[in-house]
Amino acid sequence: MTSTLTLNKITAQKGISVADAAKKIADLGWNPSYVQEAMTFPTDYKITKAPKDPMKQVLRSYFPMQEEKDNRVYGALDAALRGDMFRNVEPRWVEWMKLFLAIIPFPEISAARSMAMVGRLAPGEDLRTGFTMQMVDEFRHSTIQMNLKKWYMENYVDPAGFDITEEAFGKCYATTIGRQFGEGFITGDAITSANVYLTVVAETAFTNTLFVAMPSEAARNGDYALPTVFLSVQSDESRHVGNGHSMLMSMLKEPENHLLLERDMRYAFWQNHAIVDAAIGTFIEYGTTNRDKNKESYAEMWHRWIFEDYYRTYMLPLEKYGIKIHHDDVQTAWKRITEKHYVHKIAQFFSVGWPLNFWRIEAQTDKDFEWFEHKYPGWYAQFGEYWKWYAKLSHRGQTNVTFNADTGYVYPHRCWSSMVPCVIREDIVTDTIDGKLHTFAHELDRWTAVEAFAGEYQGRPTPAMGRFSGRREWESCYHDWDLADAIQDLGFVRTDGKTLVPQPHLRFEEKEMWTLDDVRGHTIKSPLITLREMNEAQREKHLADYRAGFTINPCN
Amino acid sequence: MTATQTAPVKSGAAGSAVFADSDSRKYRYFEPRGKRATHYEDVTVDVQPDPERYLLQDWIISFPNGRGAYSKDNTAALSSNWHLFRAPDQEWERTHYQRQSKIEAMVQAVIANGRKSGAPRHFDKAWVKVLQNHLGAWKHVEFGLGTSLMQAQRYGYTQMINNATLTNSSYKLRLAQDITLYLAEIGMDIGNFDDEAGKRAWLEDGTWQGTREAVESIMGSPDYLEQYFAINIVFEPLVGELFRSGFLMQAASPNGDFITPPVISAAEADYERNLANAIDLFHLLAHDSEHGAHNKRLFQSWLHKHVALANKASAGLQPIWSQPHSKPVQYSDARTQSVERIGKILGELGLELPKE
Repeated sequence: MTSTLTLNKITAQKGISVADAAKKIADLGWNPSYVQEAMTFPTDYKITKAPKDPMKQVLRSYFPMQEEKDNRVYGALDAALRGDMFRNVEPRWVEWMKLFLAIIPFPEISAARSMAMVGRLAPGEDLRTGFTMQMVDEFRHSTIQMNLKKWYMENYVDPAGFDITEEAFGKCYATTIGRQFGEGFITGDAITSANVYLTVVAETAFTNTLFVAMPSEAARNGDYALPTVFLSVQSDESRHVGNGHSMLMSMLKEPENHLLLERDMRYAFWQNHAIVDAAIGTFIEYGTTNRDKNKESYAEMWHRWIFEDYYRTYMLPLEKYGIKIHHDDVQTAWKRITEKHYVHKIAQFFSVGWPLNFWRIEAQTDKDFEWFEHKYPGWYAQFGEYWKWYAKLSHRGQTNVTFNADTGYVYPHRCWSSMVPCVIREDIVTDTIDGKLHTFAHELDRWTAVEAFAGEYQGRPTPAMGRFSGRREWESCYHDWDLADAIQDLGFVRTDGKTLVPQPHLRFEEKEMWTLDDVRGHTIKSPLITLREMNEAQREKHLADYRAGFTINPCN
Repeated sequence: MTATQTAPVKSGAAGSAVFADSDSRKYRYFEPRGKRATHYEDVTVDVQPDPERYLLQDWIISFPNGRGAYSKDNTAALSSNWHLFRAPDQEWERTHYQRQSKIEAMVQAVIANGRKSGAPRHFDKAWVKVLQNHLGAWKHVEFGLGTSLMQAQRYGYTQMINNATLTNSSYKLRLAQDITLYLAEIGMDIGNFDDEAGKRAWLEDGTWQGTREAVESIMGSPDYLEQYFAINIVFEPLVGELFRSGFLMQAASPNGDFITPPVISAAEADYERNLANAIDLFHLLAHDSEHGAHNKRLFQSWLHKHVALANKASAGLQPIWSQPHSKPVQYSDARTQSVERIGKILGELGLELPKE
């Protein structure tokens, strides 16, 4: 036997190259001549250049690759149970997963649907395989996440909240933010939604905080399941980033698209910041019990993933193609996270509204205070007393912060654009749409709702652009309702008919659990309806007071 | 810095504390089809919401015409409860990848082993032309149907309908690619194999124009349910199975080809699953207590349109049956079988096959 003789040389046979395979598969399409395809999801963009498929993967290798990834995920879930993961997991963390996993499967499956929209718009068939794989990927993500949630429900100490998850998603005052995110992928101009908002911004920039930063924090809290599932999910995202970029490059070829691209990059970046940073920032910073001062804060991760990675290496190079990039928006977002404590104010808002949630939120403690002050200097002066109040009022019979005049907290207005409350009080702006007054968290949110989502943009007709609709201010749905009645109507009551699903603590003794009787007697008010009912002078004073902010009273 | 400390939590494991709903370990927001929810139902039902289940604030973004993300009038069919449907194949991501991956492994093993034994060189010469021209054209059929279904999965009113449509699309697009790569690979072993002849036949050969018209008519329909109906209830039995089972699967081996049948056989198994899903959905709609009569009339109109196109497609393909040297099956026999097949399918739905 010579040293050059190998089994491979005996059995190998000539095959087709990857590039050749991709080329042949791209040739499966044709221009119909008997009946034209219906363009049911229109766009105002012009696309004439066929996008190229940068990944050149075919389904023959895709399916086995995905099956192998799945085997690892499900094997790890089995191993986590055998290793008694839930005995050591931090309930503070798992409780926030009731919110996160209620939201995320809908945006994921919406992304699958959106592939239909871009698939038909892209000329040529080169990228069709990429869109096909993304469609099946998103189907994977949605159902694998539902499976993870079911697994938590079956194995975690308090399954309430997981057990009503998709119903809660449609109703909760916090999940409304996630609905704005998911609907944004599938509604309105097909390119704005399915390409720019979804792929170019959400997937390329913000999945790093969603699917990379969050799993790290999960692991620090004894949760090995979430990293296993979500890092596997993230491994699909590089293909999606490639799809989005390829479509983007095709659109850049047409100068008349540039104004729309400037608009959509602006809208998509700002709204992704408003929504994703609100939610994921809160999970990471407030859902953790790990206060290692050497680990990165959400702000530090944001700087790495969004500022350095996305802004500098993805957004900035678009300028050379003639797209105006709004550098100041990125700087403003960064300042909101660092100087204006955006995430902390959102976490405060989520906790204020705990009776209308479907998970438990416990108070932050001394150990947390120290870490926050270290990472965000000045944090304690703004939020320390608040969390002391929250802890004090977490016992049955106390009056919730929203309705407790002693605390000094002022319930926020809701942003008509992102659905996130106007927590940076000094930035609130108002405007009218169809003669009706609305509140916005920032000038850019006003611009999004009033100028971007309209039938005309800077003198150019944009007939395909979507509109903001529905009963967007959640609080309006329960204006003048008693808090207990609203909770009952939402279905956030356990099956004994009285105990609330949400609790402001992690104490699992029956006697500690709040019931409907503990929250009855408080009336919900919609800040927007209240504002609209004011005369002009009252309104101006109200907004001036709102912009001045509030001070939390000392908690003794 | 002092806050009221909470009591330490000792364990996050199920059963470590007993309180209201500490044993609530099933999703309790939907009615399972059977006594207990299946895994498929748990990961599928209600993930796509709507104002009935459970969008308190309605759709919060709309198209310029005021319609929300999903609306019932994406199809002319009506239902008193769109949420009832559950796909009999119970497919979710894990089962989908397992099945697709197994098929790919089987197909690649068959092709590799066949090529190792030099089988393609021994295919009958006339049969090679059949594969080159007609199997080569057929890959475009599967692709066209796959892209139609990819489009259709955006429109359904529930997650169950859209996911069944999505997996159907995935199966079709996999088959289109499998055929493409299969022909490219055996083409390397066969002298003068023209890999582009299939697309030429698809676009220019009169044999295929009826089929192309039928496929393009499905691609061009703006009604997603009409697309799903036309593919699974009409086109597949009258044209798909006719060509795949009624010709390729039977004629290949007498002409020295034992590779093509297993490559194609996966599609027949795919169709059994997709057919089961489609029959269940259309049965629900045809027997809807409020809208059954409307739906039956609608389905009859779809049948009228698509059966005529499928019949024309089928008739156009007839000459292919006489092209191989060995002719183990007659077109007329295959056609009789496919007409019987659609008759049985329509019988299940309470519909009638239009007269030719």
